[in-house]
Parts: sequence; structure tokens; C-alpha cells
Amino acid sequence: MTKRWARRGGLFLLVWVLVLALAAAGWGALAPLTAESRDALFEIPAGTWARRMAGDKVEILPDTIRLTLGLNDVLLLRNLDDVPQVFGPALIMPGQSFRLPFEQASTYSFACTAHASGQMNVVVDPHPAAGWPALRFRWYRLQGLARTWAGRVSEKTS
Amino acid sequence: MTVLNRVAALLVPLTLAATLATLAVTVHAAPALKAGVFEPPRQAPEFALRGSDGNELGLARYRGKLVLMSFGFTHCAAVCPTTLATLAQARQALGPQAGAVQVVFVTVDPERDDPAQLKAYLAAFDLSFVGGAGKPEVLAAMRKNYGVVANKVPMPSGGYAVDHTSSIFLIDRDGKLRAMMPYGHDARDFVHDIKLLLAQ
Repeated sequence: MTKRWARRGGLFLLVWVLVLALAAAGWGALAPLTAESRDALFEIPAGTWARRMAGDKVEILPDTIRLTLGLNDVLLLRNLDDVPQVFGPALIMPGQSFRLPFEQASTYSFACTAHASGQMNVVVDPHPAAGWPALRFRWYRLQGLARTWAGRVSEKTS
Repeated sequence: MTVLNRVAALLVPLTLAATLATLAVTVHAAPALKAGVFEPPRQAPEFALRGSDGNELGLARYRGKLVLMSFGFTHCAAVCPTTLATLAQARQALGPQAGAVQVVFVTVDPERDDPAQLKAYLAAFDLSFVGGAGKPEVLAAMRKNYGVVANKVPMPSGGYAVDHTSSIFLIDRDGKLRAMMPYGHDARDFVHDIKLLLAQ
């Protein structure tokens, strides 16, 4: 009798977890995607030039930046250093920022002396449609958040 | 108080509140440029080149006008002709406002581009366009001031091309470097930004 109840309880729990997972997936696929800010911010910290002069290889901008239309489609570059810096496609003065919006999904290439290849690419993805693309976008965003969180934790503990 | 008065008493403050709210939104939501914007803008670096119109070419000459400045060369196969055709189209679309806009095309190929060559080349796009030529070291210094890249690339068939920054610089009527439009935008985007910058 007790075993049967335990089996029923387990089954009930399994069904409940499945229902919850399906509901979460449904929400993830169909709920409208939003973002707190559309800016993808990259900053040159103060002292970067001095570090480079001292021989440090300081990489701030990746060779390829991925953006998503309607969610994260403004590249915001800010120079907090005390010398002018070529940062991506623009020469940015100390304390200055460069805000570049994108309105079309495409791959954009910019000549950039800050990269070894001499080029920087910005890949702008279309706004994820409802369904699988939206679900996949949310999954990647969740992974990104988890990585950021893990990085912060390891910084604190080290 | 009649029913009509009551409705009016209710509607007037509501309409006022809605108008104020709309105004507040209008004031705060400044229309954004399509180009990349520098904040705060700095004074665009001055230069002294030989103009394709036979005069000295510098920014001070165009104070009061909106300057669209691009870098390129007359032997360019794709990027420069496209950019110049787009800018010519934008000027046409501007109508009478085109008079407040000056396109400046600075060569990155001083070996082959002199003022006469630039004049003949630019005339195919728009007679008002002015080209800038100069000594290699003068042009190199100017490129450095604007963060412009230009590298000679040998061609398999002989000769050479120049890989160069393809963005267009937008310099306002006070001579401030306000924005940079990446290559690939159409004439409508230029017209949009030009109108906004001229209205300021």
C-alpha cells in the first residue's frame, strides 16, 4: 500500500515537473523579448595606454561582436583613459563616447588598428521570432548571465 | 451644473495633462541620428590641403555649412563611387537645403590623385563636391587626427589599391565632429541626419 502511494507520489512529482518545464518553455518561446538597455557597452579603462606601453597585451574589444536587433543593437564605446584611443571604428578622445546604432541585420566590418587582424566585425542578428528562436535567445542570455555571475564569484574568492 | 459642464470640467484637465505628457516626451526623446555619434563632440581637427577647385582646402572655409567628409581615391573600384553616388543622391533629395551642405573627398592616394584628377573624378557625381590633395605626410597626419586607416595593397594584375576607412564624417556648422556614418547607409539615412544637424 505504502509502496503504491510512494510510486503515485513520484509519478505526480514527475508530471508536475514536466508541466512546469513545458510552461517555462512555452513562456520562453512566446513571451515578448525585452531588454533593460539596448547598449552593448565596451569601455577602455583608465591606465590602459600605460599598461600597453609597459608591455601588457590588453584586449578590450573582441574581434567579433554579436548584437541583436531591437534588443541589443547599439554599440557604445567609451574611452575612460587619459589619451585618445582608436577603439573599433572610431578615434575616441579621453572621456568621450561613440554610440553607433544598427538598424539592419548584417555583418559589418570596420578597419581597426586596435586588432591584430586590422579589422573588427559586428554581426547584427535579426530580432528573434516567437517560438524556437526566442527560446534559444533566452537560453543563450541565461548562459551569459551565468558566466558573468560565475566570473564575479571567482573574482571575489580569488 | 449641467451634464455638459460636468463633462467639460472633466475633459479640460485631462486634455491638459495629456498635452503636457506629450510635450514632456517630445522634449526628452531627442531624435537619434542614424550615424554613430560622438559624445561630447570635439572640434574637428583643422587641415590645409590643395582643393580640387584650385583653392586651399580647410574646414574654416566651410564654417556655417554642414561638412560631409570622406576619405578615398579615384582608382577605387567600389566603395568610393558608391559613397559619392549616395552623397550626391542625398544632396539632390535635400532640395534648397543642399546649399548648406558641403561634401569633401580627401584622397588616400597622393601618388595618383592631384587636384586636377580629383576635380575630373568628382564632377561625375556632383559639381559642388570638393576634393583634397596634398603631400603624403600632410595627408597621413590628417588621417591620424581623424583615426582614419589607409594601407596600400598590391594587386595581382599589377598596380595597387588602397584599403581605407570607408565611414563618412559629419562636421556641424560650428566645426564640431558630431558623427560618423559607416559605409553602406543609403541616401535617406544621410538626409535624415543632415536635416537633424541643420535644425540644431
